[in-house]
Amino acid sequence: MATSASASLSKTIKQQYMELPQGDKVQAMYIWVDGTGEGLRCKTRTLDFEPKSIEDLPEWNFDGSSTYQAEGSNSDMYLIPAAMFRDPFRKDPNKLVLCEVQKYNRKPAETNLRITCKKVMDMVADQHPWFGMEQEYTILGTDGHPFGWPSNGFPGPQGPYYCGVGADKAYGRDIVEAHYRACLYAGVNIGGTNAEVMPAQWEFQIGPCEGIDMGDHLWAARFILHRVCEDFGVVASFDPKPIPGNWNGAGCHTNFSTKEMREDGGLKVIEDAIEKLGKRHEYHIRAYDPKGGLDNARRLTGRHETSNIHEFSAGVANRGASIRIPRSVGQEKKGYFEDRRPSANCDPYGVTEALIRTCLLNEEGEEPADY
Amino acid sequence: MLVCFLFLFTNVGSAGCLWRVRKMATSASSKLSKAVKQLYMDLPQGEKVQAMYIWIDGTGEGLRCKTRTLDFEPKSIDDLPEWNFDGSSTYQSEGSNSDMYLIPAAMFRDPFRKDPNKLVLCEVLKYNRKPAETNLRRSCKQIMRMVENNHPWFGMEQEYTILGTDGHPFGWPSNGFPGPQGPYYCGVGADKAYGRDIVEAHYRACLYAGVQICGTNAEVMPAQWEFQVGPCEGINMGDHLWIARFILHRVCEDFGVVVSFDPKPISGNWNGAGCHTNFSTKEMREEGGLKVIEESIDRLAKRHMYHIRAYDPKGGLDNARRLTGHHETSNIDEFSAGVANRGASIRIPRLVGQEKKGYFEDRRPSANCDPYMVTEALVRTCVLKEEGDEPTDYNK
Repeated sequence: MATSASASLSKTIKQQYMELPQGDKVQAMYIWVDGTGEGLRCKTRTLDFEPKSIEDLPEWNFDGSSTYQAEGSNSDMYLIPAAMFRDPFRKDPNKLVLCEVQKYNRKPAETNLRITCKKVMDMVADQHPWFGMEQEYTILGTDGHPFGWPSNGFPGPQGPYYCGVGADKAYGRDIVEAHYRACLYAGVNIGGTNAEVMPAQWEFQIGPCEGIDMGDHLWAARFILHRVCEDFGVVASFDPKPIPGNWNGAGCHTNFSTKEMREDGGLKVIEDAIEKLGKRHEYHIRAYDPKGGLDNARRLTGRHETSNIHEFSAGVANRGASIRIPRSVGQEKKGYFEDRRPSANCDPYGVTEALIRTCLLNEEGEEPADY
Repeated sequence: MLVCFLFLFTNVGSAGCLWRVRKMATSASSKLSKAVKQLYMDLPQGEKVQAMYIWIDGTGEGLRCKTRTLDFEPKSIDDLPEWNFDGSSTYQSEGSNSDMYLIPAAMFRDPFRKDPNKLVLCEVLKYNRKPAETNLRRSCKQIMRMVENNHPWFGMEQEYTILGTDGHPFGWPSNGFPGPQGPYYCGVGADKAYGRDIVEAHYRACLYAGVQICGTNAEVMPAQWEFQVGPCEGINMGDHLWIARFILHRVCEDFGVVVSFDPKPISGNWNGAGCHTNFSTKEMREEGGLKVIEESIDRLAKRHMYHIRAYDPKGGLDNARRLTGHHETSNIDEFSAGVANRGASIRIPRLVGQEKKGYFEDRRPSANCDPYMVTEALVRTCVLKEEGDEPTDYNK
């Protein structure tokens, strides 16, 4: 099987060590987004106390020349704790700490999209923007082939796998179950899971989260997924089109609403928002994957339940459109809408910020406004 | 020396390759470390509850599932919210108008994630809130409500075959056949019983879940097994059987094998798989009930084709491969009944013939039948005394 050598190490031996009491010491694992805008990095430090809130956690630094973020001659970068979670791998009292990255001169690193997202979210806090993101991903073996697929061929065509059950339909459910429980333990706001259309493809949903929490919880959930897969000896891929041809891609459909949209008559506000989005399609496409649209170009073809990357469309219960209004929202005339364009490897800070800028701050044109 | 060698590899972990002396057709998933998984499943989940919603897809045989987190433990079915799903991915709708609704119908404890988590069997509605084509529960419930006072009881004997991921029956030689049928029915021993672990695990999981499972046995074909669900009154029969089927799929997934409800998985001199349905009403169970049973059988005889159409998801085409008149089946084109006769369409158990009351067994339903449709057909013909080729529309 294409699982890692690490996965074959004795978990019994490891468990003996993990059960050793740790006294007053606490392990805090600092996590950050690297220079690719998609990759996650982590390192741990010992604390003499259990942090109760994010303010208790000290700043730290790391070697940015080893993470595609700095030159060797001037490589120190700063880690600023931003969101704290319980650690499902080392368990209480240990913590996972999601961090922002700053360059040597204290300016945000290029792939630190959290800082402007937070600023924009603060500007619209009284509108209570809620998000729910549907993270799709594919499980691969260490050979890069989708997990459970025959090594020298393909499974039967798509149809029976979506929400499927059975060894011939669901590939790798253990990972999904473990990830779900780990997120619940950690305090990540995981709303659900399902098997996806392509075998070995799965989805989890994070939300509803308000404002900056959406990005924080989704990045933490992604880290936990990578770490769970590492334990099982397989790999999680957020590539938007892992297998070319008649196989579904992987997206990160983003559900969005404001207090106004959720109240009576909210459908009108939703329709206004969609109209604004309709005029700013290219700006959003650039914000919806880490390569300014190039990754999504392989996925948004107009087939396999996607819209075409060159056209903007919207419709009730229409999974071939850029924006889908759920049927129940169309009926109740209030609620939320779903932007189906973001790629699985999008930066949720970038996505949620773009939606706020266009729909709430009424921005227009190709570039984001500089406040 | 050999003992030490094996002991060394015991500690290498569940993915250690040298244990497998023979390549098995079990899934890659089943070889993932269950020790690792167990560490995660032991994590406390606080106030959150996982509810797995289960429904029947557009084939009328396939089951689908997805999970949502709740902030509370549901105590009854009424606590569970409606949900929806993408019907264009389950053979149930077009992509341009794909939202379909999930309406919780029956709740069970989750034997995979354990308490407080739940399995929730759902009805499916189309975008316009009308029942989906394969939502046969809706009309079954209506019919059962009409005959509540007759207290219709059912017991269904679900046969199935365990296959490897290569589609070949589990445990069969990869390029041949086992010895002919004879020693396998209720057999014991590695040369007789193929895959008992699945049966044992499924039984316990059903008991935990609250499914009314009343027994199991090995069947005539090797790798074929049977479990019985019942006695269940009214709509419960369909609910409990569908959940028992879901649990079986999920247990087999964990073991890395596949369960098939195909009515004739191997052609030739190998038994098919049915879902014999035992049926009685309060009248039949009381003194003199045998007369009511015989009257019911007369009615069934006059409506054979209607029942055949109701007894598999393809209007009789699947059963045509199984109901040949051989291998303890009746011929699909003929209706027959008899005491203790396993070659008949309807069998009256000998004990019932002696006590002159009890129940009877309809041996025609296919293993992949929809129990809602089967139980509804029996009630329509025997209790509501319908006649003719079409079911009566009571809404008119």
